[in-house]
Amino acid sequence: MDTALLIWAKSTGLQWATIIMLLGLTMRVIQILLLGRATDLSEARNSDVMSAGIKTIFRRFVPPQGMLQKGLLVYLSGYIFHIGFFIVLLFFVPHIQLIDSTLGISWPGLRSSLIDAITVVTLLALIVLLLHRVWNPVLKLLSTPEDYLTWALTFLPLLTGYMAYHHMLFEYNTMLALHVLSVEALMIAIPFSKLSHMVTLFLARWYNGAIAGRKGVQS
Amino acid sequence: MNSPAVQRAENAFVEFIDGPITSFFGSCVHCGLCAHACLFYEETGDPKFTPIYKLEPMKKVWKQNYTFWGKLLHKFGLSKPLTEEDLKAWEPLLYDSCTMCGRCSMVCPVGNDISYMIRRAREAMVASGYAPEGLKQATLRAATIGSPMGIKLPALKAKIGHIEEETGLKIPMDIEGADYLALLSSNEIMMYPEYIGAIAKIFKHAGVTWTLSSEAYEATNSGLQIGSSDIAGELVQHVVDAAEKLKVKTVISPECGHAYTAIRWEGPNLIGKKFDFKVKHILEVLDELREQGRLKTTGLEEAALTYHDPCQLARRGGVVEQPRRLLNMVAADFREMDEHGVMNWCCGGGGGVSANERAADWQLIAFNKKKSQVQALGVNTMVTACANCRMVLEEGIEENDIQVEVLGLTELLADYLDTK
Ligand code: SF4
Ligand code: SF4
Repeated sequence: MDTALLIWAKSTGLQWATIIMLLGLTMRVIQILLLGRATDLSEARNSDVMSAGIKTIFRRFVPPQGMLQKGLLVYLSGYIFHIGFFIVLLFFVPHIQLIDSTLGISWPGLRSSLIDAITVVTLLALIVLLLHRVWNPVLKLLSTPEDYLTWALTFLPLLTGYMAYHHMLFEYNTMLALHVLSVEALMIAIPFSKLSHMVTLFLARWYNGAIAGRKGVQS
Repeated sequence: MNSPAVQRAENAFVEFIDGPITSFFGSCVHCGLCAHACLFYEETGDPKFTPIYKLEPMKKVWKQNYTFWGKLLHKFGLSKPLTEEDLKAWEPLLYDSCTMCGRCSMVCPVGNDISYMIRRAREAMVASGYAPEGLKQATLRAATIGSPMGIKLPALKAKIGHIEEETGLKIPMDIEGADYLALLSSNEIMMYPEYIGAIAKIFKHAGVTWTLSSEAYEATNSGLQIGSSDIAGELVQHVVDAAEKLKVKTVISPECGHAYTAIRWEGPNLIGKKFDFKVKHILEVLDELREQGRLKTTGLEEAALTYHDPCQLARRGGVVEQPRRLLNMVAADFREMDEHGVMNWCCGGGGGVSANERAADWQLIAFNKKKSQVQALGVNTMVTACANCRMVLEEGIEENDIQVEVLGLTELLADYLDTK
């Protein structure tokens, strides 16, 4: 039974989740591009808005002047969990094998013990961010149920993966099936929530950079 | 059923939600970092001043009309619709606690241009009728008299008379074919008319011709501050008509930040047509004259001084290096504040805040940021290039009882002209 669930999750389930995620994200991008923007009739100080936009895409990966100190906790935990998440996703050997078996591309992975440690650190960073969201007055005011739901959807794949690897709670195949299912839940939620920022932020940053760039300011 | 005010607001929000705004709301991760960019939050620690929170009503409308879940819930009547209470509660947040300084737009990690959204959200507030009384009155005066402070031509002429007497120079009016058409801001006419004398001196020295127009002398654009593109466009049209009538090649935006944004960046978009003339801020013009060797100064101001960047000029306008090059011509001890240029802190009174009496207390609290910046430098002179900043800074200085003098950069240059 559990093997059947695992097989379904790794094949049909994963296929559907991927399709929904990709289609959904494409729709989000198309919606933004279709809404578009009125042509700016003012005379540009710098007409190369394309590169200004692209520069802003990169610049916003690092905190602007004076911001690191003020948002230290958010910046640090934010970096750790984003980077940790992607390392675990892309450099855990079984993940690479799964990608290889479906897409036929592969790359070298990291030692499992290292991935294990990174997972723990990433989980801790996420917990810090959750506590911050609960306690900090600004975040408390901004937060909606969606923020907690997306937090849980990000947390669970890491947690179930960790538990499966350590043979905790359930029998291995069951835990692994739960792990894959939690990943699929995350994938499906991405286009319908703020998690879509993984794609739309490139547009947001580009617009910001292009609007400012036209006036001769690198934002 | 929605009240008419809510309906009008909703329609306007929808009209103004474009690709950028959809990408901004859709990308916001509720990280709260933008709070730290905003002087109102920084000086109070009150979470309601978080920039993106000021846009909750617009976000509600966006959710309902542009997201899968929002649309679905709305269909079944399960979403929380925009209400009259929302508009009432957010009016002070959108107007009294935002100077449209654009600092938040520089820091958001996902790239949201929050100030861009606030400018547009105000359009919906105007449509619904929820806007501060002070700004409404100023806008009404601008629409009827052509000046938000209600300055009529005879009043301007009287000021000009005094200046001509003091300087012995003729202030040109309605001269066709002049090189430049100079605009003025209300604050300059009322409180700092020395500016007019200063440009007269400098232009004579540089050997260029200029003029004022009796039909369009005001650059202050309350339409932009309150968020009424119709009125803002009308005010811009007056200037365009005057510039075309006088056949000038360049219109000079005065020492005023929002006036520059209004005429330089929004102007053509407001009237839906490219300009046939150039628009430059007075500092851009002076810097060009300097570069051409037509602006020569002698002697140096010895007092230690700093430069306060008007937000609309630097961060939102791209005029950052010009004032520094000009200041270095006449200042012996020019010191930069820790955060300056495109990362400067607002004086606290931009975006219509200073014209909105209800916001006076918040404006003073926000001024504390500038106060601590200046005190950290230990200077007693602050130079700026916006009459509104200047007035707000002077108010703050007086309330706080500190010893700081505020100067306009154009006047400072005029004082050190090499007239030999
Ligand atoms: S900084 Fe940007 S992403 Fe974070 S809460 Fe503010 S607007 Fe949203
Ligand atoms: S534009 Fe300036 S005043 Fe307005 S919310 Fe952003 S940082 Fe605050």
